[in-house]
Amino acid sequence: MKGISTILVVTTLLALVPIVTTSNVVLNFLVTTLLIALVGQGWNLLGGYGGQYSFGHAAFFGTGAYATAILQLRFGVNAWVAFGFAIAAGALVGAIIGALSFRSGLKGSYFALVTLAFAEVLRIIASVAPVTGAGVGLLVKLDLRPEAFQFQSRLPFYIIAVALVAIAMIVVRLIEDSRFGAYLVAVRENEDAAKALGVNVVRTKLIAMTVSAAITASGGAFYAQYFLFVDSGIAYGPWISIEALLAPIIGGVGTVFGPLLGALVVKTLGELAKHVTGDAPGLDLVIYGSVLVLVVAFAPRGIAGLVASVRNLFQKARETAAGERSRG
Amino acid sequence: MAEPVLQVENVSKRFGGLLAVDKASFTADKGRITALIGPNGAGKTTLFSIISGFAKPTEGHIRYRGVDITGQPPHLLARQGIARTFQIVQPFTGLTVRENIAVGSHLYRAGRVEALDAATEIAEVLDLGNMLDQPAASLTVAGRKRLELARALAIEPRLLLLDEVLAGLNPSEVRDMLPVIRAIANRGVTIVMIEHIMQAVMSLAEQVFVLSEGRIIAQGAPQAIAADPRVIEAYLGRGAAERMSAGAVHG
Amino acid sequence: MLSSVILVPAVLNGLMTGAVYALVALGLTLIYGVLHIINFAHGALLTAAMFAVFFTYKLLGVDPYVAAVGLTPLFFVIGYALQRYVIGPAAHGDDRNILLVTLGLAVVIENALLYAFRADTRTINLPYAFDVIEFHNAFLAKPRVIACAAVIGVALVLGILMRFTSTGKAIRAVAKEKLGAELAGIDVAHIYAVTFGIGTACLAIAACLLMPTYYVNPHAGNAFVLVAFTVVVLGGMGSVTGALLGGLFVGVVESLCGLYLGESLGQIGIFVMFILVLLLRPNGLFGERA
Repeated sequence: MKGISTILVVTTLLALVPIVTTSNVVLNFLVTTLLIALVGQGWNLLGGYGGQYSFGHAAFFGTGAYATAILQLRFGVNAWVAFGFAIAAGALVGAIIGALSFRSGLKGSYFALVTLAFAEVLRIIASVAPVTGAGVGLLVKLDLRPEAFQFQSRLPFYIIAVALVAIAMIVVRLIEDSRFGAYLVAVRENEDAAKALGVNVVRTKLIAMTVSAAITASGGAFYAQYFLFVDSGIAYGPWISIEALLAPIIGGVGTVFGPLLGALVVKTLGELAKHVTGDAPGLDLVIYGSVLVLVVAFAPRGIAGLVASVRNLFQKARETAAGERSRG
Repeated sequence: MAEPVLQVENVSKRFGGLLAVDKASFTADKGRITALIGPNGAGKTTLFSIISGFAKPTEGHIRYRGVDITGQPPHLLARQGIARTFQIVQPFTGLTVRENIAVGSHLYRAGRVEALDAATEIAEVLDLGNMLDQPAASLTVAGRKRLELARALAIEPRLLLLDEVLAGLNPSEVRDMLPVIRAIANRGVTIVMIEHIMQAVMSLAEQVFVLSEGRIIAQGAPQAIAADPRVIEAYLGRGAAERMSAGAVHG
Repeated sequence: MLSSVILVPAVLNGLMTGAVYALVALGLTLIYGVLHIINFAHGALLTAAMFAVFFTYKLLGVDPYVAAVGLTPLFFVIGYALQRYVIGPAAHGDDRNILLVTLGLAVVIENALLYAFRADTRTINLPYAFDVIEFHNAFLAKPRVIACAAVIGVALVLGILMRFTSTGKAIRAVAKEKLGAELAGIDVAHIYAVTFGIGTACLAIAACLLMPTYYVNPHAGNAFVLVAFTVVVLGGMGSVTGALLGGLFVGVVESLCGLYLGESLGQIGIFVMFILVLLLRPNGLFGERA
């Protein structure tokens, strides 16, 4: 399928970056970028394609992070197996929140509100519950072996991150070209018209939410393995809910490459902010918030939308030129 | 012997203090075109919403091919063969014409390519063939009406509910649509149409029901309905029928 | 099991806290009722107002209750400008975009405060902050009684404004039927901005009432606003009566829950109530039917 080859080309190129540079700074930057791209890819499925804007995707990120940490720490589960379970846990939470919200007919602002509330509830519970380490958080035991999903150098993490993003993009591309994908965007565009054409709107949204949550949870679980520390603010905090939606919106909602492009922009802005002002907390989010408002105001279809507009302009110019040539 | 595909039985719909539909009953026979006419606000679109599952009646039943479908949700009814167009067109504005229709085609086709191909075929029949890759938002009113119809046809319905599908079209556009609608009925699809354009009602409908203030006040063949004084009064006000016949006498 | 000696003050304290919740919720519900948007920036704006009260006291030595005279119009203007020149234009009328813009604003304001003033919690110490008024065995903190009275005053003033001034009538017209109001010559963009300004002004007043007994840090507003959201969905989006009664109700419930369950679980209780109301009856007890 044509889209998939593009995805493979791009991700292969990304995977080859370490040949050009072995700088840990660059690799770290790219890993965190890919992490946001992954989480954003999850958000984008529900938000960009499905039109349901969640303000609480932290709920799935955090569940993925905590699930893998807790399974390893308390139950001695192998890290890779825990990773799989973490994705399932995230999907389950997505299904529950989705079922509750969509069966009640929540949409638009109400849906955004309720997802925000769910994420906050989880954050509060995680900040007091013993199983999540309460206020202290959880430290995943250092065990630098591949069997424990930990590595001496950043490079294997990087390759895995590239692979995860590639898988997520391929999943989204496959959905794009399927009946489910057609139904999903129909729900986004006009629910009543979709219903009249036989689309089960609630079920479509629910499936989208579940897959979205699974993808985002994989990001959370990866985070836990990479940084080896999780607490309630990191897992369920607003920062991740915001970055999850910011990346796709900047890059282009409802497109396969949007989250990746947007993640690059978000992370670059973050780095710039750090260089300019040191580590003062808050400035990066100020920039993110401003960019969000600016993008919505001036480029609502994101970078992908701008690219498409430019391409349209060139095409129209070519057509006009061809028209004039044939007349002249 | 004509079999009724749709039987609306004593349906009433109350919105708070307002009785929008008052014990309305009518039937639509297989392969025939039935028109539902009446002045604005008579309750026609409300009835359509009830039949297509977008609203629940306060009283009464809807029978489709003999089965009571009252209260079933729209997507299930669509899967059983009931299609509707909306009075205010509802295109998927962000999608192309082909993609719009394909959403309907997907009902019986899981594959993307098959659905898109089927959508292309329907678009050609409805003269949308040269706009297939345009965004739906760029269509004219007439184009959007045809798109609305194309989408409804894509789910291969047995019962097609057309809600003022000719509204907003100029006379030549109306003239072009009539044979299209007739052709659909000729293929065995039962059509119920809400219409204000009398020329269409007269030339297409085999059976007409008149709804006024939520009640069916008359039914019959188009010519009989046009001359029915109750119908004239419903549209033009009390005493209008008398005035018209008085005027006819005095020339 | 609980004697009236403990219950009565708890209820009274709950009512007084609830009064402030009601004021915050009032702004939110007004904005929703007229503009039909959920103002995600409400919390950040409250935090900004609270910082403003703090610095007015610290740097200018002005008592919060006096500061209200200046801060209320200031925040009205800020709210007006935000809606007229940022939210309205940026959103192009699309619901999803409005969501994102108010979210973006919230992030910007809250983190600008974080960046400028860091995360330290600050309080102001007023000489009379601990004065109490005795009422039927209950010792009620004077600032909180003042707050309660002030909220009632604000509600009355707003009620008069809405009913008897031409601006108020215009606001009600736009809330009921925007297109008709526009056709009647009302400048809808201006009315939207005025409403947003009133909502923000309510926050300024609430901040002045809160600071004597509360604290401020960059996240303080959020705690209040999530309660305010709960109040608004409980009382009904767009219903002023609902916001007032709902605020009092939530205040009392929180106070009683705090008695039994302690601080952090009390917070969860509010969220759970919020989620339940959203799921079961999103139009609240007094709100418009969807």
